[in-house]
Amino acid sequence: MTVAVTTRVDDDLRKALTNRSRPSRPSALSTSFTFGWRALLKIKHVPEQLFDVTLFPIMMTLIFTYLFGGALAGSTTEYLQFFLPGILVQTVVMITMYTGVGINVDIAKGIFDRFRSLPIWRPAAVVGALFGDAVRYSVAAAVTVGLGLVLGFRPAGGVGGVLVAVVLLLVFSFSLSWVWTTLGFVLKTEKSVMGVSMMVLMPLTFGSNIYVDPATMPAWLRAFVEVNPVSHLVSAVRGLMHGVPNWTSVGWVLLASVALVAVFGPLTMRLYRTKQ
Amino acid sequence: MTSDLAIEASGLVKLFGDMRAVDGVDLAVPAGAVYGFLGPNGAGKTTTIRMLATLLIPDAGTARVLGHDIVSDADGVRSRVSLTGQFASVDEDLTGTENLVMLARLLGYSRGQARERAVELLEAFGLAEAADRLVKTYSGGMRRRIDIAASIVVTPDLIFLDEPTTGLDPRSRNQVWDIVRALVAEGTTVLLTSQYLEEADQLADRIAVIDHGKIIAEGTNGELKSSVGSGSLHVRLVKPGQRPEAEHLLRRLLDTTVTPDSDPAALTAMAGDAEQVALALAELTRSGIEVAAFSLGQPTMDEVFLALTGHPAEEHEEVSA
Repeated sequence: MTVAVTTRVDDDLRKALTNRSRPSRPSALSTSFTFGWRALLKIKHVPEQLFDVTLFPIMMTLIFTYLFGGALAGSTTEYLQFFLPGILVQTVVMITMYTGVGINVDIAKGIFDRFRSLPIWRPAAVVGALFGDAVRYSVAAAVTVGLGLVLGFRPAGGVGGVLVAVVLLLVFSFSLSWVWTTLGFVLKTEKSVMGVSMMVLMPLTFGSNIYVDPATMPAWLRAFVEVNPVSHLVSAVRGLMHGVPNWTSVGWVLLASVALVAVFGPLTMRLYRTKQ
Repeated sequence: MTSDLAIEASGLVKLFGDMRAVDGVDLAVPAGAVYGFLGPNGAGKTTTIRMLATLLIPDAGTARVLGHDIVSDADGVRSRVSLTGQFASVDEDLTGTENLVMLARLLGYSRGQARERAVELLEAFGLAEAADRLVKTYSGGMRRRIDIAASIVVTPDLIFLDEPTTGLDPRSRNQVWDIVRALVAEGTTVLLTSQYLEEADQLADRIAVIDHGKIIAEGTNGELKSSVGSGSLHVRLVKPGQRPEAEHLLRRLLDTTVTPDSDPAALTAMAGDAEQVALALAELTRSGIEVAAFSLGQPTMDEVFLALTGHPAEEHEEVSA
């Protein structure tokens, strides 16, 4: 049974194994960008995952504008002026939940172990994924605003107003994503991440001023709508797009963003470190 | 302790709920060799490795890997070791090249260097043709190779390979073994876990046997084998009907335990002395018991495992929490 072990190692293999020079550690930013690049490559290889950021906003905008527009605001064009900034917010806020799903899948598949065993700036894996998501959010925003313009949306705030509004929306979405990254670590399966995210997002988006003016709502609901950060975001985006900025709302949105990152950022990273 | 040790661990404990997944593991792994970590599923192999690779924080005990403490200097450990986990540790939705470029970039290579290194590794591992295919289309053997390639973008001083050949066909398994041998030849310490006794026997210089979270034996292959017994004599008879008679005779002549095998014509005697065995075999023939074949050898790792743990290595023990 003692077969002489032939260490037949070809030269390629030997050469490939003698690379002990370790380059200096890359910066936190460069590391995050590498993870962002990974997210973009995934979009390139599986372009279907852009369906939710292209078809979903188109469908929602068309359905609500033409189904309810006339009844709610007298005419569809009229309603669109009110509704488009709202549906833009809803679309982007809804797709933030895929961030948590993505992280959960990475953990389940085992690649997170690889990242965690590397000598890198640890939040980069999450921050980089969020960079990639920012691209998806931007696509969704561009599709929604583009469709709106075709349908007759005329923002008085001009290009500048629309751009500032979109940036504010991206800032909030980036901050909200940390809630889902936390969930992505806590929950066991991709489906449960999806389910819980939906349960949080549905009341946040529908219990807001996205679809209708809260004035007609019962008092208890109005109370909720008024403290809902999504309502502030919608007011801010609406104001900026229509050239009548509501700085109070902008302030609340920024405050909410800081609070979300301050709470869920460290929480995510703690879970990242201690994930079993 | 001296710096010749790549890993020194003492009293490592990891609890999952009230289950003691790892229950006081001590290790002294010499540098520059292959160290085999052997045990059935659920024995605590992976958990131990994950602690040593800084993915899990131990509940008790300490360990130093290449001189770095795994808790207080985890980054120091990470900068010198690599881990190839039991499950996919590359991104299935990217191509082979993209995976390696990504890792090279994360380790600080420039874009150009990263690409160069990726090409070099893919060629060395026989994956050049699959370089631009998504990893999810790779076969099991290719997957394992890209996993290992991803672990040695910068050749580590120590590499953890968690069940590197589980589920591979013999040819792919041999390829992985060649890579492991090449790694050691180039000076990397390898710690590999395995459920396969043959694998540990073939590759490892030293072996620790783990069961129920505890190390139950440790030593070179030879030491482990001789701790179980000097060796064994396997005899196969022409007529299965003569086995009880042969069993009786051998037991008397060799003064040792003789056990019938599952093959109705075969039996095994724990005996290592060649001269004694030759006489016993001659006595069998003289008594009219025809011997079809016999072999005398060191006990296999299977026998070692059985003797040490009281159950065969293949048994997949369900861990009762």
